Amino acid sequence: MTDMQAAATPAPPPPQPDAASAAATRPKMTVRGLDFFYGATKALKGVSIDLAERRTTAFIGPSGCGKSTLLRVLNRMYALYPGQRAEGEVRLDDMDVLAEGVDLDALRARVGMVFQKPTPFPMSIYENVAFGVRLYGRIAKSEMDGRVESALRRSALWDEVKDKLGTSGLGLSGGQQQRLCIARTVALSPEVILFDEPTSALDPISTARIEELIDELSEDYTIAIVTHNMQQAARISEFTAFMYLGELVEFGETGRVFTAPRDARTQNYITGRFG
Amino acid sequence: MADIADASPIQPAHAMRVAFAAPADRSGALARLRFADALFERATFGAAALVPLVMSGILVALVVGAWPALAKFGAGFLFNQVWNPVTDNFGGAAAIWGTIVTAALAMALAGPIGLGIAIFLTELCPYSLRRPIGTAIELLAGIPSIIYGIWGLFVLVPLVQAYVQPALIATLGRVPLAGALFAGPPYGIGVLSAAFVLAIMVLPFVAAVARDVFEAAPPLLKEAAYGIGCTRWEVMYRVVLPFSRVGVAGGMILGLGRALGETMAVTFVIGNAHRISASLLAPGTSISATIANEFTEATTDMYRAALFELGLILFAITFVALAAARWMLSRAGGRVRA
Repeated sequence: MTDMQAAATPAPPPPQPDAASAAATRPKMTVRGLDFFYGATKALKGVSIDLAERRTTAFIGPSGCGKSTLLRVLNRMYALYPGQRAEGEVRLDDMDVLAEGVDLDALRARVGMVFQKPTPFPMSIYENVAFGVRLYGRIAKSEMDGRVESALRRSALWDEVKDKLGTSGLGLSGGQQQRLCIARTVALSPEVILFDEPTSALDPISTARIEELIDELSEDYTIAIVTHNMQQAARISEFTAFMYLGELVEFGETGRVFTAPRDARTQNYITGRFG
Repeated sequence: MADIADASPIQPAHAMRVAFAAPADRSGALARLRFADALFERATFGAAALVPLVMSGILVALVVGAWPALAKFGAGFLFNQVWNPVTDNFGGAAAIWGTIVTAALAMALAGPIGLGIAIFLTELCPYSLRRPIGTAIELLAGIPSIIYGIWGLFVLVPLVQAYVQPALIATLGRVPLAGALFAGPPYGIGVLSAAFVLAIMVLPFVAAVARDVFEAAPPLLKEAAYGIGCTRWEVMYRVVLPFSRVGVAGGMILGLGRALGETMAVTFVIGNAHRISASLLAPGTSISATIANEFTEATTDMYRAALFELGLILFAITFVALAAARWMLSRAGGRVRA
């Protein structure tokens, strides 16, 4: 995708997403007419969006706009809490994510998630990574060692922890813990990785490392990231979606959304006039 | 924005007026307040100082009261199971043994059940049932122990005698070695019945503390575990339980402390026999049951001193257990906040 292609597309009336931008790559996840309710409160209103395969899609918008809610629908994390429900259509390839009988464990193995704060489990660094893998079947120790190492290498943590794999994951720094959580997710070989403000609890140097990492991971994985940091969205994503009050206001190629927003609300938000 | 800009010049002027007025009004008031403040400080300090005073007062009274027995029997008191008021030969071993065995047995029964209740309440229970079940458990803790005592003696003991003990004797009683624990006739009253009653009494403590520490586990941590595909059992057993194990252990010891000191209900059902028996079905006694039963009969000085020494030992055991529980819970609390 280039800016020229996006520019050639005639501007559709908002809040319709500008459809041409995601169409060049195959959509990995598709969302159509999604409504979401916290009890009686409607948090998402008719959201439709495609997540392009092996691309990074950033979700920006002021607090409470529904971007984290949308992310939590994609792996049905919301299903843990009674009174929360989603209506509409969400597909992962051909799988109907919102269907009744979906195996949630299998879904979450395909759609991994990294959270706002690092969430290492109370066990060793090695076990933090191996734990999730083991849930899906017994594998030999040597093969497990290989998977743990490659996951830790993939998340740029291996060199820092290779000599202390047996020590507690809780002893790492915040940035290291977050990379450990990414390693844990990567070890399950997911197809989609959801990042919910993954750097909001980290210092700038750790943030830069995580951003580099997400950039590398987007070669192999479909990534959706929620962020409050617009520079971060601009730096690491190919596509950006701007959400406001539960609606998807604008969706398009990141460069286009930031330089030539079509909706006045997007314009106001990215220039810092509100939010 | 425009509104705020217009309003802002007023604020400094307003603040200045207050600042000018202060010195004149406050100088007299401050002197009076300083006196009141000092008085207030002393009064609250005095109230707080009562606690260590009372505690050390009790300890000193126990040591003084127990002194004749301490001097006469020495450390042998801990290991001697003879309790003979006629010859003035007293040993606390049977009571200490009974106290520890009933409390430990009660914890072994109440621990797993309490954890089960806490897990059900925090993870699995429908929201509409959480409050009623939680409240019922807390009310269980509020029932006076005398009621557990009469219920234990008139309801539980006959049931244990008619069904539980014969079944144990017929099954576990035939196992080599371990069978000795379930040997002898089914009296009904005895160590086992006391442990049953104690288990019911400490259950609410274990369940309530465990529920609180489970709820203190960060939701994100649980979501992360569900997020890699854990089942509820795996989230509980591999993530929440290790995270909160210090707090859970603290809750257990808090329950243990209560079980060690419980007097009334145990006195009803334990049988009050001064001997150590391998069988859990046999009657025994505990420290608190001995003191409650015999203080009116303690006619000689040595008899009274022996009871005081038992009290001193119980004080030490429960103090250590509760201090350990506090320490563990505070460590758990510190980690939850971090």
